[in-house]
Amino acid sequence: MIRSEVLRDIAPILRDQLVVCNIGLPSQELHMIDDQPTNFYMLGTMGLASSIGLGLALAQPKKVITIDGDGSVLTNLGTLPTIANNVADNFILLIIDNGSYGSTGDQPTYAGKKTSLSAVATACGCDNVVECQAEDTPAVLQAALDSDRMTVIVCKCDSGNIKLPVITKDPVVIRDRFMTAVQS
Amino acid sequence: MSINKKIVDDLVANDIEFVTTVPCKQLAGVIDEVEARPEIYHIPSNKEDEGMGLCAGAFMGGKRPAIIMQNTAIGVTINTLVTLIQFYRMPLPMLISFRGELKEPVACQVEMAVHTKALLSQLNIPTYHFHKQQDAEELDAILKYTFMCNKPVAILTDATFWGGY
Ligand SMILES: [Mg+2]
Repeated sequence: MIRSEVLRDIAPILRDQLVVCNIGLPSQELHMIDDQPTNFYMLGTMGLASSIGLGLALAQPKKVITIDGDGSVLTNLGTLPTIANNVADNFILLIIDNGSYGSTGDQPTYAGKKTSLSAVATACGCDNVVECQAEDTPAVLQAALDSDRMTVIVCKCDSGNIKLPVITKDPVVIRDRFMTAVQS
Repeated sequence: MSINKKIVDDLVANDIEFVTTVPCKQLAGVIDEVEARPEIYHIPSNKEDEGMGLCAGAFMGGKRPAIIMQNTAIGVTINTLVTLIQFYRMPLPMLISFRGELKEPVACQVEMAVHTKALLSQLNIPTYHFHKQQDAEELDAILKYTFMCNKPVAILTDATFWGGY
């Protein structure tokens, strides 16, 4: 399974949650599969989806799911100690780990080689780290939501992309629509 | 009243409840004061761009954020300031230790100091420079201005302001 198939599988679970979605193809895929006002699409700033999600979870009580990538987490590896030490039980970090920088042409990442992001997250002090195979992601994500505990999920999937249009929504519209959904 | 307490009083009076910090020797007292205040959630970050991501999330969650960092961070965060804070039009007061100014003992700090105001100007970031302690009287107005216009705003605080080394 590739990332877009994982997103299709979890879209019914994401639909009712606040979602912060990583830059590039993940946001474009989620936008195409099931655009919701509860989705915050990152149009730039690689690496910060997990930081934005944590800040959002700490600031208000609704559950927040950040959809991140292995390459983006590697870009902002300092995020994992911050997450571990600022526990927000309404926060789930879902790292879709396809072992490649998908949006830039599937160059391999170190997460697809010797580096285990679930081991890194555990070493950083994250208490609930679950590594799963792509097809198990819906069940693992639903269990994390039901647990009411901050969880880091590392979903191992295949690399590969589908052809998609870029998101042309104005960023201030995305942000305003999202903030209205947060407050509703 | 200590300048650290005055600064944090102004943050609290402006409903700033979420503050991220990356340390600098000059900012140690104000960071201690932020940590001590029950009104503020203090979240140290490992890098300033990470901190700005946290602030963006907190803002969208309904909390007013601020970041406390050194001017070297301008070099680290240009992409984040432009593609996240400015592109999505979010407010972000940045209390910045302006290293490399008069009374600076570390030569390398000057190398970033000479670029600091030029970079902020190039980024169209409103910038205020606190050199004497009475300059901090404007902090309250600067914070109100920041949340009025939804922009990142820089408050540079140099060694003379902090009482030298
Ligand atoms: Mg990837």
